[in-house]
Amino acid sequence: MKRKSMLVAAWLLAAAMVFSNVAAAQNTIKVGILHSLSGTMAISETTLKDTILMMIDAQNKKGGLLGKKLEAVVVDPASNWPLFAEKAAQLLEKDKVAVVFGCWTSVSRKSVLPVFEKDDGLLFYPVQYEGEESSKNVIYTGAAPNQQAIPAVDYLMKDVGVKRWVLEGTDYVYPRTTNKILEAYLLAKGVKHEDISINYTPFGYSDWQARVAAIKKFGSAGKKTAVVSTINGDANVPFYKELGNQKISAENIPVIAFSVGEEELSGLDAKPLVGHLAAWNYFESINTPANKAFIAQWHAFIKNPKRTTNDPMEAHYIGFNLWVKAVQKAGTTDVEKVLAALPGTETPNLTGGIAKVLPNHHITKPVYIGEVRADGQFNVVSKSPGLVAGDAWSDYLPGSKDIDADWVTLKCGNYNRVTKKCSGQNYK
Amino acid sequence: MQRLPRGGQWLLALLLALASVFPVSGGQSPNDASFLATLGELREASYSDKASIAERLGQTGHPSVRAVLTALLQDRLYFRNSDQKVFIVKAADADPLNLIDPISLKDAGTASADALTQIGTNNGLRSTLRTIVAHFALASPDAAVRLDAVREMSRSLDDANVALLRQRLSAETNSGVRKEINIGLALAALDGSDSKARLEAIATLSQSVEQDVRNRLALLLDKAPDGSFAESDPKVRQAAAAAVQTIDQWRSFYSGIETLFFGLSVGSVLVLIAIGLSITFGVMGVINMAHGELMMLGAYTTYVVQTAMPGHIGISILVAIPAAFIVAGLTGVGMERTIIRFLYGRPLETLLATFGVSLILQQTVRSIFSALNRSVVTPDWMSGELRLNGALGITYNRLYIVIFTLIVFSLILLVLKRTRIGLDIRAVSQNRAMAKAMGIRTEWVDAMTFGLGSGIAGVAGVALSQLTNVGPNLGQSYIIDSFLVVVFGGVGNLWGSLIGGMSMGIVNQLLEPYAGAVLAKIFVLVGLILFIQARPLGLFPQTGRAAEDK
Repeated sequence: MKRKSMLVAAWLLAAAMVFSNVAAAQNTIKVGILHSLSGTMAISETTLKDTILMMIDAQNKKGGLLGKKLEAVVVDPASNWPLFAEKAAQLLEKDKVAVVFGCWTSVSRKSVLPVFEKDDGLLFYPVQYEGEESSKNVIYTGAAPNQQAIPAVDYLMKDVGVKRWVLEGTDYVYPRTTNKILEAYLLAKGVKHEDISINYTPFGYSDWQARVAAIKKFGSAGKKTAVVSTINGDANVPFYKELGNQKISAENIPVIAFSVGEEELSGLDAKPLVGHLAAWNYFESINTPANKAFIAQWHAFIKNPKRTTNDPMEAHYIGFNLWVKAVQKAGTTDVEKVLAALPGTETPNLTGGIAKVLPNHHITKPVYIGEVRADGQFNVVSKSPGLVAGDAWSDYLPGSKDIDADWVTLKCGNYNRVTKKCSGQNYK
Repeated sequence: MQRLPRGGQWLLALLLALASVFPVSGGQSPNDASFLATLGELREASYSDKASIAERLGQTGHPSVRAVLTALLQDRLYFRNSDQKVFIVKAADADPLNLIDPISLKDAGTASADALTQIGTNNGLRSTLRTIVAHFALASPDAAVRLDAVREMSRSLDDANVALLRQRLSAETNSGVRKEINIGLALAALDGSDSKARLEAIATLSQSVEQDVRNRLALLLDKAPDGSFAESDPKVRQAAAAAVQTIDQWRSFYSGIETLFFGLSVGSVLVLIAIGLSITFGVMGVINMAHGELMMLGAYTTYVVQTAMPGHIGISILVAIPAAFIVAGLTGVGMERTIIRFLYGRPLETLLATFGVSLILQQTVRSIFSALNRSVVTPDWMSGELRLNGALGITYNRLYIVIFTLIVFSLILLVLKRTRIGLDIRAVSQNRAMAKAMGIRTEWVDAMTFGLGSGIAGVAGVALSQLTNVGPNLGQSYIIDSFLVVVFGGVGNLWGSLIGGMSMGIVNQLLEPYAGAVLAKIFVLVGLILFIQARPLGLFPQTGRAAEDK
C-alpha cells in the first residue's frame, strides 16, 4: 500500500513538472549558452556559463523581460571546434533561442560564424580577440587589439623603457594575428628586427625549460627586455612555474599576458609571479561600488566566497545588459530589430565607465595594466585616460588599414575606403 | 655616474649599516616625527614619487627604516582608513591583520582587511627598494643573503654603494662573497680615469662568466658615430676584447652543457613514462592504452596526498610516491584480473578494451575531481635553481627528476634480476608453458607483472605532477611518446628504453632552438620512422627463443 502511494506521488510530481515545463515554455524567452563544459577550455568557459545563468536568474527576479521569464538553454560543445557549429545550429534551429552568449577561442568563433550568418542569429562574444572581423550577427564585447595589445606595448615602451621584445604565443589564429599586428606596430615605432623574437608553442605545452632559457639569453643583451605573452589555456601554468624556477623576476624581464587573469592565477602559487603584468579591461581588485556588488552577487550565486571574477565575465555582464536594453528598446526579441537597436545602446561597466555599442559591433572599454600581487589579484599600475573605442580592423596591418566596419550607415563589416567596395564578410 | 665623493651620503649609509647590526627600539626621538611625516607621504604618492620617498627614508638613518622598507617591498605596508596612520602588517593573508607600529616595531593590535588600504608597489619601485634594502643585508650573518645583496648593489654602482662594498670587502671572510665584491668594484673601476686601474679591473672581470660583465666590457669596444671609441686607451681596448672573447667561449661551453642537461631531463621524463610500459608491453606483450591514465591516477594521488596533509607540502611528495605506486598498481592488477587475462594473445581486442578502460578512468576522475585542472604545489626544496656559476644554472625540479628516474630504473632492474618475482617474470615471459610446467603460478605472475608496470606508471605520474598540469587529459599527452620510446629502444628491453628515451630527449633539445617545438617533434618522429624501417626491432632487439615467439 505504502509503495503504491509513493508511486502515485512520484507520477503526480513528474506530471506536474512536465506540465509546468509546457506552461513555462509558452511564456519564456530562450537564451542560448554555448560554452565548453569539458575539454581543455572548460577551465575558462565554465565560469562564463555560470555568469550568464546568474544574470538570467537576476533578471527573472526583477520580473523577466517584456513580461516574460528568461529560460537558459545550455549546450556543451566540449572544446571541440566543429561541434561548436553543430551546437550553434541546434540552438538556433531547434531551440529557436533569441540570443546566444558563447565561445572563447577564436577558432570556435570562426567555426560558428557561418551558422549565425545563415540562420540570422545573434551572438555575444565575450573574449579579447585578434580583430580583423566584424559580422552583422556578432556583438564583440571583448577587447579588440587596440583595446588591449597596443596599449600594453605602449605602457612597456614608455613607462618601463623596454627596448627588446619577445612575442611568445600558442600556435593558433589569435596569437599569430595579434603578433603580426604587434610586430608591425613595433617596427613602425622604430624597434629593430633583431630586437624582436617571435616564437610559438602548441596548445597544452609543458616543457618550457629550453624556451625560458632562450628568453633569458635574449633578455641579457644589455637592453631592457619584456615578454608579450599570448600563451593561452593551461600551458601558462608550467610556463610561469619555469620562469620562477629559472629566477626570471618581473624586475628583470617582465612578462605581460593577454590571456592570464584572476581565474587562471587562482590555480597557481602567485608568489614567484609578483610583478608580472596583464592587460585587461577589468580587474577584480578595482574598487567601485558596482564591482563590489557584482562580486557579492557572484559569490552568493556560486556559493563559494573564494571564486574570482575576471574580464570575460565582465564582458558577459555588459553583453547581457546591452541585450536586455536593446530588447526593451525594440519591444521584441526579433534578431533583426534587436540588431538595429543595439548600436548606440549604453550600459555602465563595472569599473566606472560606460560601454556603448559602436556601429562596428564592438564596444567602448577602459584599458588597465595590472601587476600580479602575491594573493593572485592584480594591482593596477596604468589606466587609459578615457574609454577606448574598439577598432575591428587594425590600422597597423597593410591590408586592413583601409577597411571600415559600419552596420548603421554602410551596412557592411568590410568596407574598403580606397576601392569603395564592400567585399563580403571574411577578409583575408 | 658622478665621481665626486659625496661623503655625507655614504657616512649616513654607514650609519644605516651599523643601525641594522644594533637594532634599537622604543623611545620617541625627534627623528621619529620627521620619519613618520615622510612615511605618511607614501599614502598618496605616485609610484615614481614613492621611489624618491623611499630613498629619503633610507637616508634618515631611523632604526626602523629597514623593517618599514622590507615591509613595503613585500606589500605588507598599509594605512588605516579611519586615521590615515601607517602600519606594518605581520602577514598579508591573515584575517584580521596583525598590525605593527612602524616606529616602535611593537604589536599595535589588529584590524580587519577592509579597514586598511595597502600601499602598493610596482616593478620599478621594487627594484629601487631592493637596492636600498641590500645595504642592510650586507651585514647579514648569512653568506647567501650577503651574496645577493652584493649582486643587487653591483647593479647600481653609485659612490655610496662602492664605498659600502669596499668597506665590506675588508671585513668579508667568505671567498664567494669576496669574489663577487671584487667584480663589483672592478665594474666600478672601469669608469675610473686611471687606465692602469682599468686594465687591472679587466683582468679581474675576465674571470667572470656573468652576462652583465660581458655586456659591460663589450660597451668599452663600442664606437661612437664620429669614430672615437668609448674607451680611449687602445691597450685597455685590446684587453677588453680579449676578455670578452674568453667570456664568450666559456658561455658557449656552458650553454652546451645546459642543452645537454635539458635533453637529459626531457629524456628522463620519457624514460620514466616508458619503463612501466616496457614491462607490460615489452615483457607481457599487452598493448595497454590505459597506461597514460595510470600515470594520471598517480598525479591525482599526489594531489590527494597533498590535500590530506596541508602543513607538510615538502614531505607530501615523498609520501605520494609509494601511495601512487599502490593506487596505480592495484588499479593495474584489477584491470588484469577482470579484463586483460581473458584477452591474452588477442592484441587487437586488448588494445580496444584497454582504450575503453582509459576512457572510463578519465571520466571517473572527471566526475570525482571535476574537469578542471588541480594544482599540485611544488615543495620549496624542488623550486628554484642550483646556480653553478654565472652562466650555468640547473633547475632543482628537473635535477631531482633525472636522479629519480635513475633510481627507479635501477630498482626495477634489481627487482627483475635479483628477486624471486623477477625470476618468475622473466621465466614466464620467455616460455610460458615451460614455466607453468616448472610449477610457477603464471596467472599470479601475470597479475604481479601488470601491477608492477602500472605502479611505475603511477610513480611517473608523481613526477609529471611537478612538471605539467594535473587534469583528466594528462595521460593522453604522454601515451604516444611512451610507446615511441619503447618501440625505438627495442621491445622488452629496459636498457633500450633508457638509451632510447635519453637520446630522443637530447635530439629533441638540440633541434628545438632551430626548428621550434612543433617542427622538432616532427623531425624526431620522421627520424624514428626511418629508423624503424631500417631496424624494425629497435635499438636493442630481443634475441634467442623469446624473440621468435613474438
